[in-house]
Amino acid sequence: MSRLVLSFVLLGTFVLPLMPVSVQAEVIFKQRSLYRNIEVVDDRDSRCLRFANRERRVSRQSCQYFDDPDRLVFDYGKLVFTGFLMNPNPERILIIGLGGGSLPRLMQKLFPESRIDSVEIDPAVIQVAEKYFSFTPREQDSVVARDGRVFVRRALLSKQTYDFILLDAFTGDYIPEHMMTREYLQECKELLAEGGVLVANTFSSSRLYRHETATFAAAFDWFFNMRRQTGNRVIITGKMPQPDLETLRDKARRIDWREYGIDLEENLDWIEAPSKRDLEARVLTDEYSPANLLNGPG
Amino acid sequence: MVLAFIGGFSIMSIELLAGRMLAPFFGSSIYVWGSIITVFMLSLSLGYLLGGRLSVRAPSLRKFGYIFLAAGATITPLLLAGNVIMEAVFAAVEDPRYGSLLASVALFFIPTVAMGTISPYAVRLLVDTVGHSGQVAGFLYFVSTLGSALGTLLTSFYFVLWFEVTQILISLGLALIACGLAAIVFGRGTTESA
Repeated sequence: MSRLVLSFVLLGTFVLPLMPVSVQAEVIFKQRSLYRNIEVVDDRDSRCLRFANRERRVSRQSCQYFDDPDRLVFDYGKLVFTGFLMNPNPERILIIGLGGGSLPRLMQKLFPESRIDSVEIDPAVIQVAEKYFSFTPREQDSVVARDGRVFVRRALLSKQTYDFILLDAFTGDYIPEHMMTREYLQECKELLAEGGVLVANTFSSSRLYRHETATFAAAFDWFFNMRRQTGNRVIITGKMPQPDLETLRDKARRIDWREYGIDLEENLDWIEAPSKRDLEARVLTDEYSPANLLNGPG
Repeated sequence: MVLAFIGGFSIMSIELLAGRMLAPFFGSSIYVWGSIITVFMLSLSLGYLLGGRLSVRAPSLRKFGYIFLAAGATITPLLLAGNVIMEAVFAAVEDPRYGSLLASVALFFIPTVAMGTISPYAVRLLVDTVGHSGQVAGFLYFVSTLGSALGTLLTSFYFVLWFEVTQILISLGLALIACGLAAIVFGRGTTESA
């Protein structure tokens, strides 16, 4: 008996560490781009885009199931689509932060008449999305390699507006600090058409969380806060009076996106009001934006 | 020596803040930092040239003080017209590479040239014999570059966490002006020691 235990211990000590964490995971593409290390990894049932900034801290940016590529993998992506309850027929959509392109892909499918502009700072990420994640802009769509804030300012100068804006430029590891300020959010708000919706996917779970809350409150009259245990936080707001939750529930009942992994009714249950205490945190501005210092340890 | 330290400190602190100031207009892409560093290096090199020239004619601690006053004063346009200038450049130049380069020149060229004149002028004030000139110059580089290192560290680790960009810039400007005034006051009595 004790020998059996011993042999298991030995097996655990010597053999298990030699085995990869996930047996079938295979890196099929690797590139050191201007901004980060990009990896495309095939697992048993899905393909993922990863940004490997340091050993041991790898963040999965975007994943796609082999047998059901339209079905969203991550919770945050599913929460993002809640925003369409407030503007069910968006004509112009802006996505800042492309990643693997899974969200714009699904938007192309759900809103065939829409025009989607995607902005991504890293040209290598755009190539990967197109080559490995079957992201293909349609004729009316555009994909631009540019800093998100620069794009927003240019768009304002040329008097454009959008019905739906998705802010998805944070990687969890690093936050572009000029895109987490009151001024930036105000610029995005200005870029919204009347009745337009803005959805932000952020990662913060640290000290930054309170500052983020206060900053959104400083730029918008209202917002919905959605938080999952996975560390993702999705904020939804818009250029409209605060929608009534019951009305949204009614709308949610009439749309069935469960085949894409999205349960709109359940999503609405995740909405919570921002806490009063968080609203007292210092607002992040162009003058004061140490987002990464606040997001770090300590 | 204290003056050279504060000069070095200010240069790098302002360079870091330059990134902060440009980001809302030109982003934080790699070429924005490229523009900033290019302009600072170019301005410093011209500043060294100018400082050397100035030190030839009747150098004095009092005049050295005026250099600091001037450097402090050149920060004022950053505070007053920074956003207006960047907005104008943004509207005029579509390519963010040349936009950030042009904005860097417009905002930081003159202050950095002014701060660049400090080191060679200080060398002239402190050197008493040719034999010691290398040693004095070496020690001045040491002090001013140490100031730069500390300016970089404190600004990026702590100042941006505690203060607003404008508050830090005003403080640096005031520190330079205070240095200038101190040099002028001390310069009345003697003509040595920077």
